[in-house]
Amino acid sequence: MPETKTVGHALRKKDSMGLLLGKPAFLCDVTPADCLVVKLLRSPHAHALIRSIDTSIAMKVPGMVAIYTYKDVPHNRFTNAGQTYPEPSPHDRLILDQRLRFVGDPVAILAGESEKAVNRAMKLIKVDYEVLTPVLDFHTAKDNPILVHPEEDWEALCPVGADNHRNLCAHEVCSQGDVEAELAGCDVVIDHTWHTKACQQAMMETFRTYTEMDPFGRLHVISSTQIVFHVRRILSIALGIPKSRIHVEKPRIGGGFGAKQTSVSEVYPAFVTLKTGRPARIVFTRQECQIAGSPRHEMEVRVRLGADRQGNIRAMDVYTLSNTGAYSEHGPTTVGLSGHKSIPLYTGGLKAFRFGYDVVYTNVQAAGAYRGYGATQGIFAVESAVNELADRLGIDPVALRERNMVRQGMIMPAYYNEPANACALDRCLTRCKEIFDWDHRFPVLDMGNGKVRAAGVAMAMQGSGISGVDVGSATVKLNDDGFYSLTIGAADMGTGCDTILAQMVAECMDCPLDNVIVFGADTDTSPYDSGSYASSTTYVTGKAVEKACTQLREQILTLAAEALGCPADELEFTGQEVRRCDGTASISLVDLATRSMCNNNTAVQATCTHSSPMSPPPFMVGMAWIELDKETGAVTLLDYKAVVDCGTPINPALARIQTEGGLCQGIGMALYEDVHYTDTGRILEDSLMQYKIPTRLDMGHLQVEFESSYEPTGPFGAKSIGEIVINTPAPAIAQAVYRASGVWVRTLPITPEKVLMGMQGKA
Amino acid sequence: MEIRLTLNGRQLRAEIEPALLLIDFLRAQGCLSVKRGCETANCGLCTVLMDGVPVLSCSVLAARASGHSVQTLEGLQEEAEEFVGFIADQGAEQCGFCNPGYVMNTIALLRENPNPTDDEIRAYLAGNLCRCSGYEGQLRGIRAFLNARGTKEVNPHA
Repeated sequence: MPETKTVGHALRKKDSMGLLLGKPAFLCDVTPADCLVVKLLRSPHAHALIRSIDTSIAMKVPGMVAIYTYKDVPHNRFTNAGQTYPEPSPHDRLILDQRLRFVGDPVAILAGESEKAVNRAMKLIKVDYEVLTPVLDFHTAKDNPILVHPEEDWEALCPVGADNHRNLCAHEVCSQGDVEAELAGCDVVIDHTWHTKACQQAMMETFRTYTEMDPFGRLHVISSTQIVFHVRRILSIALGIPKSRIHVEKPRIGGGFGAKQTSVSEVYPAFVTLKTGRPARIVFTRQECQIAGSPRHEMEVRVRLGADRQGNIRAMDVYTLSNTGAYSEHGPTTVGLSGHKSIPLYTGGLKAFRFGYDVVYTNVQAAGAYRGYGATQGIFAVESAVNELADRLGIDPVALRERNMVRQGMIMPAYYNEPANACALDRCLTRCKEIFDWDHRFPVLDMGNGKVRAAGVAMAMQGSGISGVDVGSATVKLNDDGFYSLTIGAADMGTGCDTILAQMVAECMDCPLDNVIVFGADTDTSPYDSGSYASSTTYVTGKAVEKACTQLREQILTLAAEALGCPADELEFTGQEVRRCDGTASISLVDLATRSMCNNNTAVQATCTHSSPMSPPPFMVGMAWIELDKETGAVTLLDYKAVVDCGTPINPALARIQTEGGLCQGIGMALYEDVHYTDTGRILEDSLMQYKIPTRLDMGHLQVEFESSYEPTGPFGAKSIGEIVINTPAPAIAQAVYRASGVWVRTLPITPEKVLMGMQGKA
Repeated sequence: MEIRLTLNGRQLRAEIEPALLLIDFLRAQGCLSVKRGCETANCGLCTVLMDGVPVLSCSVLAARASGHSVQTLEGLQEEAEEFVGFIADQGAEQCGFCNPGYVMNTIALLRENPNPTDDEIRAYLAGNLCRCSGYEGQLRGIRAFLNARGTKEVNPHA
């Protein structure tokens, strides 16, 4: 890559000091508090019909303004999934429905002058429920006589294999080669099923939305969302009003991870504001976030992995059963990644693969789009299978991977036949092995005090945006004084994309980062962007930024040509001035910018849009070193080392933090974060007291390095970083636990109980 | 009921409901840095100093603050600015929602123990959850600050 001044440098995030000093930035800081308080009465039953509902006593509470039930809302089915229209997720929701499909499904919307009034009124709503038998076991959901969505107006807009009369949200099988014949010819076949739970995203800022009518009579929505444009469409469909009447913007977002790629909270205050004409705000409690949020899809992934005695992996058969819960959000799409972003890691000598899946409806909390988006679940299974194969064959798992992994230049049949244009996975493995000291740490070390130290490894991939779907756009404008404004529709949820994209502007326009201001995202003013998800922003929107800057440079030259009275092709732009190549005349950018505001017909503002026909995978390797207590089964993570190929890291500091943050979430998923339902379908881990995300004492020491490749289709050679980083801890830690204890824990999280009972042969 | 307290150095008298939590009182007073991340005293986001001691303002009644001095990040900007730039250099603020809580607790830590070891930093801040950063960048930032301060005179508040 050519020398760069801004891209590739670890610059501070533009909003960093404001955030660190606690300046008002988030939804509840920047929206008026004197608005209607909106809260939801939620179903205590996993499956029920409302026989009758009486709100008359509740409405007598002083300060109550409105209570709405299923009788009051439009009968328009929609999905909350923030996806490009037509959404792959079937339209299966009403704002409020007579049928309640999980413990926490909204029964009524309450709006009042104070929280106290609303809380009091909530206890006074009389509901007569006809309690129905729920579908709680996702193994028996398909073709179960009890239907989660029996309604006739349920609608699948895309052919995803969904059938509400079979509790099916999606179904597909794809293959290449004869997988059964290849498996039959293999010396060794590993055949197991791996189970991951509906892990919570646990972003620190819960779901929240503020709504008001603006002076033009339009619905103004301020929401903590990753997807302003999708929210506009979702509200339009749900409320039955034109999109032109809706304006959606986001303030700073207190964490997303995909949770806010689903429109979880927006519709409720929006409905209240439309009905009452008054400003309204909903703020989910942590408990609501845990029981009616947007967790990871619970999946069981069966892998049949075949290889010869030398360790050449010949065939892989992957079947995923995914639990979308009560509603379809991201059900049909997350599951695809469990195979399409795990199998291609072993493109090396693979002769045949098959990948099939069923996504089923059940009466539990609906899942959503959580970082990794199905790849996390699939990679836990496939990487664990490869580790079990290494163990069976007595081959070092790193050597086994070196023999079979995808390498630069290969076509990946299981990844829609995309090429690995930029792939430093081999270098990641070599480097990780080196910094981890794999050769010394892989042999199990008995500490002589009942404790054992052991190591594990895993590889991962993800995508960079959704190929042929995601749209990124950027507007870059020259202002007086020669500074630039960048307007985007992508959402910085803390990741730093505002800064990363501004770094690209600074690089393209040859100016300091401080000369670029960033605004977004707002449906009224931002150019269209699908939103920040699917690891798309750096790769897709970044390319749009690059294109817009190229166009703006041309406009600047045109303007300068008029000013200097010469053809534009005799001019060059240095960032600070435009000068004639022969050095005889020049005009400063400041003067040009000023000139653009007087008697000027040349725009100095460019908007460009980008979509990519491919989704180049980032790759990475992670290695875990643990200490296991043989007496209790407790696992302590000592060290985790990871080496990532995200193409060019645009901002190495932010790329490192993304990696460390993703590893920490992955460690939580591997060791601590559990979800249990009671036999009536209630989630036990409904607070941060029971749902244990890692503290800084629970994640050992992380070390992250980068092995860069250059992706020719990305801006400055960049691919993505946001999601891939969560994928390696579970399989790497599971292998380390096996090495230390002799127990393969195939259901996450790896609790001391599971390890100890496994060691005692009671698994 | 009426309470009297010192908030960020300012004498204050207020009429409140007896059940009002300190976090809600403080936010109503415009101290918007104070954030709520849970309802179970697990996340540390709402950390403020009461008579110089870090407390979770979600677990303290506003009435209990009567007669005491309460400080939020709004009142400790200069002390915070001494070190938060080092965290910004790491990109470890990320979404920023948890920042005020752990910045407040870091202030308390550095007053109590001006030269903490890495393990002491981890232990002191263990109650401050962060879902974005993976914590290591926060630690590197605080460590970089301590290294940069070096042998210079330690925090006068200690």
